[in-house]
Amino acid sequence: MMADIDSAARPTIGGGFRLQWEPAQGTHVLLYPEGIVRLSRSAAAILTRCDGQRTVANIVADIERAYSASGLSSDVCAFIQLALEHNWVELGS
Amino acid sequence: MSEPVAADSPTPGPPLWLLLELTYRCPLHCVFCYNPTDFGSVGRELETGEWLRVLEEARALGSVQLGLSGGEPLVRDDLETIVAAARRLGFYSNLITSGVGLTEPRLEALKEAGLDHIQLSFQDSTRRMNDFLSSTRTFELKSRVAELIRKYRYPMVLNVVLHRLNIDHVGDILEMAERMGAEYVELANTQYYGWAWRNRGQLLPSRDQLRRAEEVTARFRERVGSRMRIFFVVPDYFETRPKPCMNGLGRIFLGIAPDGIALPCQAARMLPGLTFPSVRETSIRSIWYDSPAFNRYRGEAWMKEPCRSCPERGRDFGGCRCQAYLLTGDAANADPVCDLSPHHHLVTGAVNRAEQDIAATPRAQPLVFRDHRESGARE
Repeated sequence: MMADIDSAARPTIGGGFRLQWEPAQGTHVLLYPEGIVRLSRSAAAILTRCDGQRTVANIVADIERAYSASGLSSDVCAFIQLALEHNWVELGS
Repeated sequence: MSEPVAADSPTPGPPLWLLLELTYRCPLHCVFCYNPTDFGSVGRELETGEWLRVLEEARALGSVQLGLSGGEPLVRDDLETIVAAARRLGFYSNLITSGVGLTEPRLEALKEAGLDHIQLSFQDSTRRMNDFLSSTRTFELKSRVAELIRKYRYPMVLNVVLHRLNIDHVGDILEMAERMGAEYVELANTQYYGWAWRNRGQLLPSRDQLRRAEEVTARFRERVGSRMRIFFVVPDYFETRPKPCMNGLGRIFLGIAPDGIALPCQAARMLPGLTFPSVRETSIRSIWYDSPAFNRYRGEAWMKEPCRSCPERGRDFGGCRCQAYLLTGDAANADPVCDLSPHHHLVTGAVNRAEQDIAATPRAQPLVFRDHRESGARE
């Protein structure tokens, strides 16, 4: 069972990771010691909003607005859960 | 003669991984160093401005992971300038160091300049190999540096090169790493290039030693759990399939030697029949995409049997070109680590000889310490 993520938590990019846009590849990437993760557009949309300011609820609302969609909460939370497992993000409160 | 890029290979991607070997100078004399054994006769080092131009050009092509290595990169007093330029350009910078010379003011300046990561190598800094674990000087230096690394909030990443003379102490090494607060430990068995190739007969462990070291590592891993992650890199001489060396030459890795020579692998300088271009004369773009030296082993057209028709050729790219050359005399042969190679007996033979040597006398020949005088330097 996946633990529910507190919608009031404020995710931020994990220590040792850096999120940046790579013009040569046309993608966002996550950089870490001697490694690189190429991000899909939806993963980048979520991670670029993990700035330690926005709550999970803010991020969901933000993305729903940006994509003119609704009901994205479970998708966004599932990705944040995955990102937590990889230490790509950390949770503040 | 250059060969065109094989028709089956698409345009190569960018050199994502850029390694700058800033200098071959080093305060240590490691017998397992992969630097060329004639490093003393290599031309003058690039100047600061030249390194900065390399960074700019490579970044424009899409390089993003940066290794700063050597020799000992801290010997360069412009390391901070290079790191700051790398950060400004958007590189993720990794310093690969022995820790010798890593004082607090320098670490503070490197942090300030935007250095992302440090890998501390544990080497023997004395000529008494067998005593190296009890070498108080080394231990104190490493402990001091480890403490600094933690103070400046870097993850503590330790790399230890294993060989016949220290592999039996792997338990002690891991305990030492634990006392230093290491979060990641890489136990990297020696790869046989450069000085290590010259000393291979002395450094290859036996199958028994290797098995015991793996058992000790497995037990230690169980005890410490996730507190310390340990990577045990098996020496490829004991494998039956080759490593996908550099993920294939000319695919992601671009190395620049101290004198500005561009290399598709740190050890490639030894490969015959190739003229490696210099960043002093050629742009990084032209080196990466157009030079015969970087195109020679791209794709599959260069392969011979058994690689050419092997279903695994897309996974391991035929292994290591340097190893093929060193052992068989032809860099286009299959890496003889592969048991499908007609030369595989050269690898098993070396291991068998090592075992006989260990059983007979532990030291048949003197080791050749990496040394300025031994390297062809003019006085």
